[in-house]
Amino acid sequence: MPLAVVLILLVVGSLLFHLLSPWTFTELASNWGMVDFTVDVTLYVTGFVFVVVNLFMAYCVIKFRYRKGARATYEPENKKLETWLTGLTAVGVAAMLTPGLFVWAKFVDVPEEAHVVEAIGQQWHWTFRMPGADGKLGEVDAERISNDNPFGMDPDDPNGQDDILVYNPEVHVPIDKPVKFLLRSKDVLHDFAVAQFRVKMDLVPGMNTFLWLTPTQEGRFEILCEELCGIGHHTMRGAVVVDSAGDYDTWLANQPTYSALNAKPAGNAGIGAAQYAICASCHGQQGEGNVAMNAPKIAGQSSWYLKRQIMNYKKGLRGTNPADTFGQQMTGMVAMLADEQAVDNVVAHIRTFPDNPVEQTSQGGNPMAGAKQYSVCAYCHGKDGMGVQALNAPRVAGMSDWYLERQLRYFRDEVRGSHLQDYYGFQMGLMGQSLYDEQAMKDLIAYINTL
Amino acid sequence: MSYVAIADRDHEQEHHDPQTFLTKYIWSQDHKVIAVQYGITAIFVGLIALGLSAMMRLQLGFPNQFSFINPENYYQFITMHGMIMVIYLLTALFLGGFGNYLIPLQCGSRDMVFPYLNMLSYWVYLLSVIILIISFFVPGGSTGAGWTLYPPQAIMQGTPGTDWGILLMLASLAVFIVAFTMGGLNYVTTVLQARCQGMTLMRMPLSVWGIFIATILGLLAFPALLVSAIMMLFDKTLMTSFFMPAISSMGVDPGYTGGSPILFQHLFWFFGHPEVYIVALPAFGIVSDLLSTHARKNIFGYRMMVWAIVAIGGLSFIVWAHHMYVSGMNPYFGFFFATTTLIIAVPTAIKVYNWVLTLWQGNIHLRVPMLFAIGFIFTFIHGGLTGLFLGNVTIDLPLSDTYFVVAHFHMVMGVSPVLVVFGAIYHWWPKITGKMYNETLGKWHFWMTFLGTYAIYLPMHYLGFAGVPRRYFAMGNTEFLPDSAQDLNAAITISALFVALTQILFFVNMIWSLWKGPKSDPNPWDATTLEWQTPDHPPKHGNWGHELPVVHRWAYDYSVPGYEEDFIPQNVPADKAPAGRDHGEDH
Repeated sequence: MPLAVVLILLVVGSLLFHLLSPWTFTELASNWGMVDFTVDVTLYVTGFVFVVVNLFMAYCVIKFRYRKGARATYEPENKKLETWLTGLTAVGVAAMLTPGLFVWAKFVDVPEEAHVVEAIGQQWHWTFRMPGADGKLGEVDAERISNDNPFGMDPDDPNGQDDILVYNPEVHVPIDKPVKFLLRSKDVLHDFAVAQFRVKMDLVPGMNTFLWLTPTQEGRFEILCEELCGIGHHTMRGAVVVDSAGDYDTWLANQPTYSALNAKPAGNAGIGAAQYAICASCHGQQGEGNVAMNAPKIAGQSSWYLKRQIMNYKKGLRGTNPADTFGQQMTGMVAMLADEQAVDNVVAHIRTFPDNPVEQTSQGGNPMAGAKQYSVCAYCHGKDGMGVQALNAPRVAGMSDWYLERQLRYFRDEVRGSHLQDYYGFQMGLMGQSLYDEQAMKDLIAYINTL
Repeated sequence: MSYVAIADRDHEQEHHDPQTFLTKYIWSQDHKVIAVQYGITAIFVGLIALGLSAMMRLQLGFPNQFSFINPENYYQFITMHGMIMVIYLLTALFLGGFGNYLIPLQCGSRDMVFPYLNMLSYWVYLLSVIILIISFFVPGGSTGAGWTLYPPQAIMQGTPGTDWGILLMLASLAVFIVAFTMGGLNYVTTVLQARCQGMTLMRMPLSVWGIFIATILGLLAFPALLVSAIMMLFDKTLMTSFFMPAISSMGVDPGYTGGSPILFQHLFWFFGHPEVYIVALPAFGIVSDLLSTHARKNIFGYRMMVWAIVAIGGLSFIVWAHHMYVSGMNPYFGFFFATTTLIIAVPTAIKVYNWVLTLWQGNIHLRVPMLFAIGFIFTFIHGGLTGLFLGNVTIDLPLSDTYFVVAHFHMVMGVSPVLVVFGAIYHWWPKITGKMYNETLGKWHFWMTFLGTYAIYLPMHYLGFAGVPRRYFAMGNTEFLPDSAQDLNAAITISALFVALTQILFFVNMIWSLWKGPKSDPNPWDATTLEWQTPDHPPKHGNWGHELPVVHRWAYDYSVPGYEEDFIPQNVPADKAPAGRDHGEDH
């Protein structure tokens, strides 16, 4: 008897849970309402079967429970009943399968007017590419990928010259226009998934895959990688921003083409030297850092990283959090650098500094224990701690240890990396989660100091 | 009869009873001892996998709270949890454990037809387990590639355990498959060649049918895993490019070219989908026997049940790519595989109807094995129905790779078969050990396991609806998810830890039973099948004493009208009891 009661309660409870659950599909933001419809049909059919069969079973458990002297009926088969049940099941299955196949037929058939956005996955970032005015994407090749050519573009392909390259995990698309996402991976499997759009597809190295949709709502929608792609899988995020037609055009006009990137002059260390004067008052004449001024060593740090951080300060992605007082100082200082070219010049000058060892200030850490912690860090920052540009991971070894410790704390407390567009900072916050006890942090710094 | 089954050749086959402790319990060729060896080893590794799942649930429920869990070992935990549970626990336990114990006893044979090979199968299985366990302790640890081991990621340095872990994992799988093949050939041959006189195929208990068809599936499916494991080993060690295209990994060109990651997925799931049924079919068969015995009623629609097992087994080979709808394979495959997948729901549904109709007009004893059997029907209905979501290609677009998938396959392939495993252990425990267990403790074990697992997996489906991806170490701030998703995760973790702890009740009960449990009756459930009719209790080496049993009826003569007892064992001749319903000719 308790079993039957529990079965009935479980059926009722499951229904209630379903009806009251706040955890359900996100609001739809694409044309794929038909997907939701198919889910609903399936929910009704399966829900009906779930309730009926389980309640019937509960009834049997009550009605035919053991009684002394009672005897079961001997009924090996009942052809008619079995045929009916088989037939009804087949009808139910067909009711679910039909809309499924119908919607899938639409999904595999991309509308001709859809415009193309190539989404490129790599461990553990997204980048994007769009055809320029010629409407054609240039040839790419995994073997051409390098730090200077992260997209693997063919420099001699005329189709590629006007390709628009977005080296950033955030891409914009216009509302109400069908868009075909061409999917390409540089290294391992990834998956392009946006919950509000309802569709997803894997990225497979060595081939192109695709999905298409028509965005129906403006806003920012997060891209999640949903195919296990290594230790940073859960940090591989991006966003599709759906704009009005006007906003989209403005955004697009600000994205560089391949040929424009190639034509850009390199930073000029000579000009940068003059601009560096103001930096030197805190970071030192040779970028050696000054703990008293809360200025870290910058000599020897990778140029791409210095540039990104200065640009982040300029764009307000960093140094805007009220708890980050030193960052706020930096925000004021970088305003002196008028434009991107000025930043390039200063970074080029910093590049000329000698990479002298820093004074180690951290105490109380156990490098042996820290070595264990660092095995996670090493995936991106390298076993030698020198950073890996392809992974957007800066150098950590041989830099100011007190600064490193402070930044780890900032990432933990979401002082840094919490800006929605600071995707790389967000990653560091998530990856560092397992570190967040003071001793572990000290151990880690102690280990990095031995590198 | 045109042949003489090996088990019938009584005089040709000499049975040397084992002489020493070592030959009796360690290097034993007795299928019953080998079954217990398989069972104990499988449950032991299963406990390791249970511990791993507790670690991952701690991280998911309470992120940032436990310094001993980091992204590196988290991915190692989930990988090893999955692999151990699917292969080293469930496959080994159902086929190596129950298959070994039940086939000869229920078919009326003295032993497996190749006893030495049978013994070898266990020791090679143990070797694969040892290799597996060693992989936890090598530099870099075990592999963290996910139990599906998808390349290129599985052998590239962005994944934990790519130095040694992945090599040992692949080697262990290859060794396991060798062990399985030795056992599997034995099971199939024994069922086909060594049944006692009168035991026609259509008189066999459904347990044997489920194990028999599952073994055939295994023999056909595991080779696909074997070749993919070998090819991936070559890709890793010899830089071949079976599965590896030209890539740029972490800014470096590793030198591969021309391979296909999708090819691996096809091979993997060509094995992997039948694998689901390698676990499910024995469970289907065993649960049919538990239901029939404890409801005192014949299994409803026996012939339909047999054909459903065969049909499911056959269909299971043409549905594999439903695991790959969004893998980037040719999208037109979706139409074919969605159709075949939903068709498989029909024979599966028939099985469920027939289980429930077996209860109809029965005389149901709610003993511990029966509780587990009915609990199985409930969880299997749930898990089967959610399969209709994921099998339908369109619904995979939002739900694949989310927690809906995790909830679905745990319900259908974790909870359901494990409930059958427990039910079966309680059911056959008296036969295996000659002792009874404590009924009250067994009932507590059932209730906590059944309700606890439902509390884990019902809510988990809803995390999937909300869009929470599987295999995420942490969500961080994800805007589209409500904060309450984390609360739900914490609740799931508490349920999971509760269920893990309550398994102690099972072990306490079994140890108590061995130590102090009362002696059991040779046929405590008044069951009809042959294993309960052995001359010795528990059965000795050779099973049947001097004379092999002769079978006169099918396995489900319960409550036959006109007979006083409510069961007629299969070896009772027709002139001593009414014939009931009999599908085979008597010899």
